Amino acid sequence: MPSITYIEYDGTEHVVDAPVGMSLMQAALNNNIPGIDADCGGQCACATCHVFVEPDWLEQTGARNDMEDSMLDFAAEVRDNSRLACQVEVSESMDGLTVRMPESQH
Amino acid sequence: MSAVLEQQTADAREEAWSIPLEQIDVSDPRLHQDDTIGYYFDRLRKDCPVHLASTERFGEFWSVTRYKDIMAVDTNHQVFSSEPSITIRDLPEEYRRPMFITMDPPKHDEQRKAVSPIVAPANLAKMEATIRERTCRVLDGLPVNEEFDWVSDVSVELTTLMLATLFDFPIEDRRLLTWWSDVATVDLTSGGPIDTDEKRMAELMKCLEYFTRLWNERVNVEPQPDLISMMAHAPATRNMDPHEYLGNLILLIVGGNDTTRNSMSGSVVATNLFPDELTKVRADPALIAKSFVPEVVRWQTPLSHMRRTAKEDGEIAGQPIKAGEKVVMWYLSGNRDETAIENPNAFIADRARPRQHMSFGFGIHRCVGNRLAELQLKILWEEILPRFKSIELTGEPKRTFSNFVHGWTEVPVRVRA
Repeated sequence: MPSITYIEYDGTEHVVDAPVGMSLMQAALNNNIPGIDADCGGQCACATCHVFVEPDWLEQTGARNDMEDSMLDFAAEVRDNSRLACQVEVSESMDGLTVRMPESQH
Repeated sequence: MSAVLEQQTADAREEAWSIPLEQIDVSDPRLHQDDTIGYYFDRLRKDCPVHLASTERFGEFWSVTRYKDIMAVDTNHQVFSSEPSITIRDLPEEYRRPMFITMDPPKHDEQRKAVSPIVAPANLAKMEATIRERTCRVLDGLPVNEEFDWVSDVSVELTTLMLATLFDFPIEDRRLLTWWSDVATVDLTSGGPIDTDEKRMAELMKCLEYFTRLWNERVNVEPQPDLISMMAHAPATRNMDPHEYLGNLILLIVGGNDTTRNSMSGSVVATNLFPDELTKVRADPALIAKSFVPEVVRWQTPLSHMRRTAKEDGEIAGQPIKAGEKVVMWYLSGNRDETAIENPNAFIADRARPRQHMSFGFGIHRCVGNRLAELQLKILWEEILPRFKSIELTGEPKRTFSNFVHGWTEVPVRVRA
């Protein structure tokens, strides 16, 4: 299984093995990683699973979809590498992927 | 609860569960005011989760009552449009006021972005000290050991002060904002002075007149971080016609005031009905931000519904919906759906995953001020706890006569220091 690293705002790292096909949001929830709230449960409807993808990995995670773009308007501090973790599906090529969490999802 | 009340409650439940489904009308404001509406939603979620009502007042409309079905409608703005109205009633053409909550993309997104920076976290951080100072002042001014109305003395006062700040509106005239908010949402059949669309519009024109003066003062000077200046300078909003300006003002006034007002009042009612939950919070004040505040917002559900209109034929949970039909998402029901929320009728101060509620809506129309609402409630309770040993209800709280605003008109209390 690909290994994913989630880094909290304070720098705390969490490394988890995520099954291919699962969303980055679900993998975080399943491992009780703090900093991913996911109020809507993965419907791309609340923007509380906001992450910053480390620049080296942007090619693997791909581009934001339209709905995701609209919803990111709700997030604080949106950057070019902002994604909603519920919209990123884990693939084989993401082994080693690192994402960082914003200061707060609310 | 008195024996009489208990009997009335049992009768209401019996009525809700025995009436033929086609006769159920969850838009009846009386059921909302006497709080028997929950029994009807319990019934619909079980027996007819996507329910068609045919009413004299509002015509036909579908009611969506389950959490997951509401989520499906709310996140499908391609099929379920917010135009022309987000409440059950279609206003006569001449009284319609466009506002971004009743628009679809792309116009919705553009106008919303013109005002959303005011509630961005960085701006909230700047406002926090002001909110706290005012909250302290209002609480310190309350009479101790004497009965007063929490709604007018605390909830209305704090939320109206907040709104005046967001608009940079003259503080001494702030109760006009409360009045216009109430005028905009009042049910015309509630028995109050505003009983026709014409009378409503006449009052709202005074609102437009006042705010046009503020607009004119601000449009030709440097942009300022208040909502009027932001709208006057943003490309998406600076050319609005007067009706659209009024529409968006009403949206910001109601959204930025009425909803949090009712959560503030509801928090006092909830902690009286569930006193052990307040004990938990007193023992661990960190619960205020973590779970108590989101639970207040869920339990209260300050807006009972949002309506959509099908733009094309679709379906909800297998029920075909035709283009043009009204679809009402009852957040009040979704927030009591036991298949999505454990023990939903209970107020639980340390609820697990407390933010998985529908009160802010989901999708592109999600409440733009949700963080500000939570911040105001958090500060209120952080300042209540060290000041008051108790806030006791001294009489029966009164609810709003409305199928849209789920609120309180009077919450009589006595505080002990």
